[in-house]
Amino acid sequence: MIQQRVMEKLEILADAAKYDVSCSSGQSNRKNKDKGIGDSKGYGICHAFTEDGRCVSLLKILLTNYCIFDCGYCVSRKSNDVKRAAFTVDEVVELTINFYRRNYIEGLFLSSGIFDSADFTMERLIKIAKKLRTEKNFNGYIHLKAIPGSSDDLIREAGLYADRLSLNIEMPTETSLKLLAPEKKHADVIRPMEFLREEILGYKEEKKLIKNSPLFAPAGQSTQMVIGATKENDHEILGMANYFYEKMNLKRVYYSGYVPISNDDNRLPTIGTAVPIIRENRLYQADWLIRYYGFNVNEIVGTEYPNLDLDIDPKLGWALRNLHVFPIDINTADLELIKRVPGIGFLSASKIVAARKFKMILPEHLKKMGVAYTRAKFFLTFTKSFTTQKDLMGSQIKYQILSQQNSKYKADFSNQLSLFQ
Amino acid sequence: MIQVVYDGTYEGWLTAVFDIYQFKFNDVTFGTEDRPSTSLFTGTHTVITDQQKASRVLNGLKAKLTTEGLLRLYRTFLSEVDQSEEIMLQFVLHVFDSKVNIEGDFGNSNVWNLRKAARIVKRESYRMKAFVRFKLTKDELYYALIEPDCNVLPLIKSHFRSRYADQRWLIYDAKRKYGIYYDLETVSTVQLHFHDTKGTAADLTEICDEQEDFFQELWRRYFSSTNIEARKNVKLHLQHMPRRYWKNLIEKNGQ
Repeated sequence: MIQQRVMEKLEILADAAKYDVSCSSGQSNRKNKDKGIGDSKGYGICHAFTEDGRCVSLLKILLTNYCIFDCGYCVSRKSNDVKRAAFTVDEVVELTINFYRRNYIEGLFLSSGIFDSADFTMERLIKIAKKLRTEKNFNGYIHLKAIPGSSDDLIREAGLYADRLSLNIEMPTETSLKLLAPEKKHADVIRPMEFLREEILGYKEEKKLIKNSPLFAPAGQSTQMVIGATKENDHEILGMANYFYEKMNLKRVYYSGYVPISNDDNRLPTIGTAVPIIRENRLYQADWLIRYYGFNVNEIVGTEYPNLDLDIDPKLGWALRNLHVFPIDINTADLELIKRVPGIGFLSASKIVAARKFKMILPEHLKKMGVAYTRAKFFLTFTKSFTTQKDLMGSQIKYQILSQQNSKYKADFSNQLSLFQ
Repeated sequence: MIQVVYDGTYEGWLTAVFDIYQFKFNDVTFGTEDRPSTSLFTGTHTVITDQQKASRVLNGLKAKLTTEGLLRLYRTFLSEVDQSEEIMLQFVLHVFDSKVNIEGDFGNSNVWNLRKAARIVKRESYRMKAFVRFKLTKDELYYALIEPDCNVLPLIKSHFRSRYADQRWLIYDAKRKYGIYYDLETVSTVQLHFHDTKGTAADLTEICDEQEDFFQELWRRYFSSTNIEARKNVKLHLQHMPRRYWKNLIEKNGQ
């Protein structure tokens, strides 16, 4: 009977937590202490993959889906008619330990609806993390939500047990937030984020001086924005993301394509509206260009091109707008420039730079190294010319590349027609 | 053409390399004692594994390779892909032939073939760190069956030892018929003899902890609850979790 109830709760509270897309379990390095349970490696492990292709790394649940707020985009909002449930502290601890020991998960991702008050909710989350760390000697990964509005002391305490803390901005602009969650303000999220930024920095400095000083959220903080529920363009979204990376030292910004959950709210897309999966994907690609490829956000989106192309990736989009940079000679160009060639990833780029010390790199070598040569060839020139390169216009290159690839999402490339205009 | 027969161990293979240099063999293929080749050879050379010879070759390689490069060679040995030993030999010949470290010579097929084989092993050992599903028995042993394409147990041993330091566990490779067992102190290699009826429901309830079914069922429910139906993408699902691994994954075997 008790077991039956726990199963039911797990179903309700996992279902309610699944729209939080973060599942990262990396970037922390917690050793197994005194022969306890678990450790965290710098790289995360995806233990399973659901049928939507998303990774399952952490036990991602809400402590409860009772909530005093009524945010339009949230499935757990007060006015929504869903089954409600709440775990006890011990239930979450037991679930985590037993799943972990069986190697189902890397750790716990714990979020919660806000019941009673922010502080009361935060205290409960901390209680669970504390019990896992101190009583159970659990060294696996813990991701906690920092509840907006809870006191600094509580948020600091959470950082002493968690590997990562996150506060979701949810709506990319204040206007949208006002529309869908009138009770909330962006400042409620930004302020604790700033507090955490300072704390994380402080503890990091201390750790440099005193080796056995405690870990404080070693995997940093992250946030999430809902995409496609409101009217923001990609310029606004990526601008916000860039702000988080530059000003808040965030490790990750997640983009969550809005999954319609209701038909009764005329502010939001109705059930049956397709999840903007391509757009979400393009945003992640742009995000990577900013974080790993040395692109400035303004090179990817701007006032003249406020939205990312859906039919081509943002790097190709940039290249087609900047044909004057190309073609480049793979045997002499700087690493930074090679990384900017469509079809060459940053791993391939460093391989090219290493390999050209041994001999001249030719197209067949590139193919071997995993470069998408059919795409890259439009932007490359070789010292010893063996193919004559035609003078192609941007639109011709785009057409040739698109006709070579086959995406199952082709039907969703809404601006497909603009190719021929 | 000469066939070099060794005992199937890494030391044996390294000794074989020593012999190949000593006797100046050209055009070598490898065979092991339990994997004799059927094709015709002009000759066969049988290697007698020798620690000293093996470590001389290994030290020679250490001087010319990075730790990662050396590990790549070992991974390829565990890959069990077609021609893995020949790929390793070509790589080693290339390493000793060059004055500088050649790991970055990605345009060279000797370097590239080794990387390719090593990558298969690296990926699968990562997957096995993920896909091991322990079941708890009545005598508090966490045990798991795996059937990987490559011989990954030697590569995942230390991961499981440091992670599950306070529980006894056994991971058994059903394909290669051996396992690794941790007794709270050290990890050792074990060979077990299962009956042919292993894995039947009756067998498992007999040896499993009374809570075991409950947690398996919880995990299955969690797995299906956390899925977002509106984002269904079976192709991606299969790419990450290929069908050949499903047999030993609790969440893919409903009750």
